[in-house]
Amino acid sequence: MNFLSLIGGVVLRFLGNLGRLTIFAGTAVSHCVRPPFHVRRIGQQMVDIGYFSLPVVGLTAIFSGMVLALQSYTGFARFSAGSETAVANVVVVSLTRELGPVLAGLMVAGRIGASMAAEIGTMRVTEQIDALTTLSTNPFKYLVVPRLIAGVLMLPVLVLIADIIGVFGGFLVSVYKLGFNPASYINNSYDFMQAFDVISGLIKASAFGFVIALMGCYNGYYSKGGAQGVGAATTNAVVSSSILILTLNYIITELFFGT
Amino acid sequence: MTPKIALRDVRKSFGPKKVLDGVTLDIAPKESVVVIGGSGTGKSVLIKSIIGILLADSGTIEVDGQDVTQIPASNRDAVNRKFGMLFQGGALFDSLPVWENVAFGLIQRDHLSRADAKERAIATLAKVGLNADVAMLSPSELSGGMQKRVGLARAIAGEPEIVFFDEPTTGLDPIMADVINELIIACVKQQGITALSITHDMHSARKIGDRICMLYQGKLIWTGPAADVDKSGNPFVEQFVHGAAEGPIKMQVRG
Repeated sequence: MNFLSLIGGVVLRFLGNLGRLTIFAGTAVSHCVRPPFHVRRIGQQMVDIGYFSLPVVGLTAIFSGMVLALQSYTGFARFSAGSETAVANVVVVSLTRELGPVLAGLMVAGRIGASMAAEIGTMRVTEQIDALTTLSTNPFKYLVVPRLIAGVLMLPVLVLIADIIGVFGGFLVSVYKLGFNPASYINNSYDFMQAFDVISGLIKASAFGFVIALMGCYNGYYSKGGAQGVGAATTNAVVSSSILILTLNYIITELFFGT
Repeated sequence: MTPKIALRDVRKSFGPKKVLDGVTLDIAPKESVVVIGGSGTGKSVLIKSIIGILLADSGTIEVDGQDVTQIPASNRDAVNRKFGMLFQGGALFDSLPVWENVAFGLIQRDHLSRADAKERAIATLAKVGLNADVAMLSPSELSGGMQKRVGLARAIAGEPEIVFFDEPTTGLDPIMADVINELIIACVKQQGITALSITHDMHSARKIGDRICMLYQGKLIWTGPAADVDKSGNPFVEQFVHGAAEGPIKMQVRG
């Protein structure tokens, strides 16, 4: 019986958290479309998420593009000698469709999701969120909405930049290490790529941006118990948003490309 | 005369633990009431229920004759603009400089321009004895006593009718504690503010309170003028006032 009640407890707790998260998300989204808007805060968050994530996302993208070119070249060499076209194609399709959004999403989850949970969590345990209420400022509008909006808007921008840098990384390795013709590499990339490859990646990015900001804010908002609680909130924010990103990635891919 | 704040049989439980068990209290306009009681007796819950951060399970809380437990969340802001609060740890926004902390309500709620709000903030900081140099600092650069003063400035900047003080002197040295007491008296009397403070610092309670109530096991067991607290004749109050370990109040070592 003890074992059964243990399972029951876990299930109930999970469902309780799921319900709380759903209500949290619904409240947050409803505040996104109702004035007043804290434009200044939205701007600050966009700079924080977009601009300051550029180095980490750019570095991730360039090395992914480089390694992708190298791996696909050595891989394709087993089948045929003339793999120049294939390498350019593989690099551009896998980056725009998958690696760009997923890697940028995971990197931003680590960077931004963690800092959101830590910041809001600290504000919770030091009563700063209560102080907002006493100053007639809705914490959802002031803390959560700017982060959600900035996440949804800036992730696609980051991914677009990551796509470009990643393809450039593939170009560098192909031209300077593997000795491909630079002009035909660019041609091959450009001819094979379809607009929807990029667009689907950007839609994914938006969804990931929402998930990162939501999990960061949610875990921070309900953190309790001082430093340890804030630490747990940070961990939960990163782990849960990473898992959700990978899950959502499959679901969106299935919707767009599954037949 | 309508009391500024009227609590009627307010109850609040967390799980099986009854934190407020039927609290009834009237606070007259411009009166300063201090609620004393041990740590963890629900003093903060009392204030947070009035402000609406926590919802009371039952009972009514009237502010200026209006029951604030029944108003919809959208009208809550209109009530909350009457309130100011000094939090125990200051609860200053550490992402903003000192002046923006003080001006926060003026900018977000009253929509003053940033330049005007800054001017008002610096004027309010002067009232609590801080000069304009402090305004540009970040809260983390300030000592505990200065953070309390900035918190006080933030609480009174919006010219509230009612200010709540959550343990205003806890964690300060005796001299700084007295400075804060003097500032509270000066601000409250000057602006004609109604004040509700909670504390376990008896020196502070005697000094800032017109009336003192003692909260014990979720009930107000004694209420009287501040001058009478030493001759209350109530064994619980006597024990608390004298800080004696022996008496009718048994500290729960395990919660």
